[in-house]
Amino acid sequence: MNNHLRTLRAERGWSQQDLAERLDVSRQSVNAIETGRYDPSLPLAFKIAELFACAIEDIFVSPSKG
Amino acid sequence: MSLRPEMKRYTYRLLLTFCVYAIALVGANMWFRHAPPSGLLAYVVAILPALPIMGVFVVIGRLLVEMRDEYVRMLMVRQSLIATGFALSVSTAWGFLEGFGLVEHAQGYWTTVLWFAGLGLGGCFNALTEWRAAR
Repeated sequence: MNNHLRTLRAERGWSQQDLAERLDVSRQSVNAIETGRYDPSLPLAFKIAELFACAIEDIFVSPSKG
Repeated sequence: MSLRPEMKRYTYRLLLTFCVYAIALVGANMWFRHAPPSGLLAYVVAILPALPIMGVFVVIGRLLVEMRDEYVRMLMVRQSLIATGFALSVSTAWGFLEGFGLVEHAQGYWTTVLWFAGLGLGGCFNALTEWRAAR
């Protein structure tokens, strides 16, 4: 699933490791989500959205909308 | 980087089961060599080394349940599925070869050895996919 996670992270000047620590996941996970290789579960997607103070759909692009 | 708590518990449990396995294996062998048990006791003693190996599967299952990183959990599930597919495929093929008298009989526990070898294959597959994604 396409997403804007890398952009949001870069805007805050966080490394993948910084974001991983804030989400309590591995850097590997952050990388997999950012590159669209892994779609996070709903609880993790909510956690990401809450961290960036955004709605989930502001971060993750619906597959039906490309 | 320090180990996550669930990985520490996994490592501790795994070491414990391997220690119990070593003791059970040596103990059962010595028992059968020096004072062979009979009847039901023989079955109990013979199966003793298998119990900690069964425990390893429980330990791996517990890790999957306790693991908080869902992506790493997904990788581990994939690794286990590759191991299962590999072990069952080779065991089935061997069974037919054995049935037609083309190979020697192999003890059933070799399926477990194959499964652990399959974990290695699954780990290589995961590493390869991660490496390709990182390029």
